[in-house]
Amino acid sequence: MKILVCISHVPDTTSKINFTENDTKFDTTGVQYVINPNDEFGLTRAMWFKEKQGASVDVVTVGGKDTEPTIRKALAIGADTAHRIDTIPLDGFQVAKELAKVAKDGEYDLIIAGRESIDYNGGMVPGMLAKLIGANFINTCVSLEIDGEAATAVREIDGGKETLKSSLPLVIGGQKGLVEESDLKIPNMRGIMMARKKPLNVVEPLSAETQTEAKNFRKPEPKGEVTLVDADNLDKLIDLLHNEAKAI
Amino acid sequence: MSVLVYTESENGKLKKVAYEVASFAKGIADLMGTSVTAVTINAENVDELKTYGVEKVLKVSHDKLSKFNADAYAEVITQASKKEEAKVVVVSQSANAKYLAPLLSVNLNAGYASNVVALPKLDDGFVVERTAFTNKAFNMTSISTDVRVLGLSNNAFGLKENEVSLSEEDFSPELTDDNFKINVKSVDKNKDKVSIADAEVVVSAGRGMKGPENWGMIEELADVLGAATACSKPVSDMGWRSHGEHVGQTGKPVASNLYIAIGISGAIQHLAGISASKNKVVINTDPEAPFFKAADYGIVGDAFEVVPQLIEKLKEFKANNS
Ligand SMILES: Cc1cc2nc3c(=O)[nH]c(=O)nc-3n(C[C@H](O)[C@H](O)[C@H](O)COP(=O)(O)OP(=O)(O)OC[C@H]3O[C@@H](n4cnc5c(N)ncnc54)[C@H](O)[C@@H]3O)c2cc1C
Ligand SMILES: Nc1ncnc2c1ncn2[C@@H]1O[C@H](COP(=O)(O)O)[C@@H](O)[C@H]1O
Repeated sequence: MKILVCISHVPDTTSKINFTENDTKFDTTGVQYVINPNDEFGLTRAMWFKEKQGASVDVVTVGGKDTEPTIRKALAIGADTAHRIDTIPLDGFQVAKELAKVAKDGEYDLIIAGRESIDYNGGMVPGMLAKLIGANFINTCVSLEIDGEAATAVREIDGGKETLKSSLPLVIGGQKGLVEESDLKIPNMRGIMMARKKPLNVVEPLSAETQTEAKNFRKPEPKGEVTLVDADNLDKLIDLLHNEAKAI
Repeated sequence: MSVLVYTESENGKLKKVAYEVASFAKGIADLMGTSVTAVTINAENVDELKTYGVEKVLKVSHDKLSKFNADAYAEVITQASKKEEAKVVVVSQSANAKYLAPLLSVNLNAGYASNVVALPKLDDGFVVERTAFTNKAFNMTSISTDVRVLGLSNNAFGLKENEVSLSEEDFSPELTDDNFKINVKSVDKNKDKVSIADAEVVVSAGRGMKGPENWGMIEELADVLGAATACSKPVSDMGWRSHGEHVGQTGKPVASNLYIAIGISGAIQHLAGISASKNKVVINTDPEAPFFKAADYGIVGDAFEVVPQLIEKLKEFKANNS
């Protein structure tokens, strides 16, 4: 089985979110970049398929040279080969088109992406990619088993879960649940050393078109002070929630 | 050249979110000088949509569509959009709508903007405001394609009444076996509980509850309020509650009208996921907990004392106000 894991390179969850150039660009000053958390769960699940079912695991990212430490980390965790499509990601459609080329050329059986990237929260790339290459697609995937040519997956729905059967090739939008938090691996020294020798292919982009453009940003209005209510005066809280907030 | 809206239903009944996306679609149609057509799948009574500005409903009834199937549903909406020559297609951001929207966007060769929070601006192209960085910012996104798909964030627009007259039309899309390559084997849905996505009120608890055995009062509080229950990430990581309840940046987003956080410190990753909620209440023993900076109402106190009293008071309140 050939697996491709799509990795997006995103600001760490604790990053300060600020903008520069008249609020048109994300301010990267002091920002640490990581593997998108949803992709890290997927990558770890891919490692399981590698160990237990002899799968090969490639990783791919669309991004500039600055994303290389992030995909090197994926190699250190255990992926076999990395591909970096050498262009700046501009929108979900462009990224999906670039990924589609690598996905097609590599004839992967399973493509693992994340439910969403935590930067733009687009939630677009995996579904678009699946449609572009004619593969099946399962989103918000929290469990995945592969048996020969068939996949059994569980996806999260509003208020529950659903179990699905699909043929391959399959693209998933994965998230926590694919593996547990405690299964996530921090690369060890050996992994890091080995990663240096693993291939990192720089792929020429197609220069795919975009459909959307991120213009200026703004931050939410600063919040007013909290209204404190005494623990012995819960009637007051109920009154505020009813009359002021109109929430109950 | 109308605005098309996909209005979701469950067991034949339109969901509340259907009226919200319809209200939003009507807002766009007014800006563009056109009207709103809705497409429904296996919905029975669709008349109520007229209250929210829908002039025409394409009603699809199909046995094979009785269970949600993203590819087939996306195909239905695609064919409805083409028939109506829609320039804008509006969907919600329910789990199902988020699943089908990227497929729909490729089918229609339409740019897609998710998590939209306001009506588009049309004076310079087609520009929508959406959330980014998990609610830590908003971004203006312009869409350059001729057709656009918009995913409206839950509770971002609200219901706007706008009565019009409505006509219904049966619509039979052409579906092939290719649209049904994924099969649903089983659905495991808690029928008596509100889901976090649909809930007006969410009662959420964290590590301050000390252990899973103490969740009885959280469930009871949720019950009194007709609320969904949720939790912080460590609580689901430790297996005290199911993963489906984990909210925050790496869990589910919450955009409810009221969010009550009990024994949750208010870490940045937690707050990011819930900041779209309108009213936030925190109950925490530690007055320095960061949640107090993000909340509208706060009680410094021990959950084990405050919550049972709050349940009693709310029961009284509900009895007097219903
Ligand atoms: C990459 C990454 C992603 C993350 N994503 C998420 C996410 O999506 N969602 C999320 O929630 N977290 C997330 N986290 C974790 C987050 O950083 C915090 O660790 C977590 O939110 C803390 O959970 P908590 O508030 O339940 O626990 P704690 O921080 O331990 O807080 C417990 C609180 O309970 C209070 N308390 C104790 N006893 C009582 C009592 N008797 N009555 C009332 N209050 C009491 C304490 O004062 C304290 O404030 C993420 C972390 C990382 C690194
Ligand atoms: N630049 C990128 N390179 C590789 N994969 C990406 C990229 N952007 C997004 N993805 C994949 O698509 C998923 C969803 O991203 P998004 O649609 O941007 O929210 C991510 O979790 C990744 O798996």
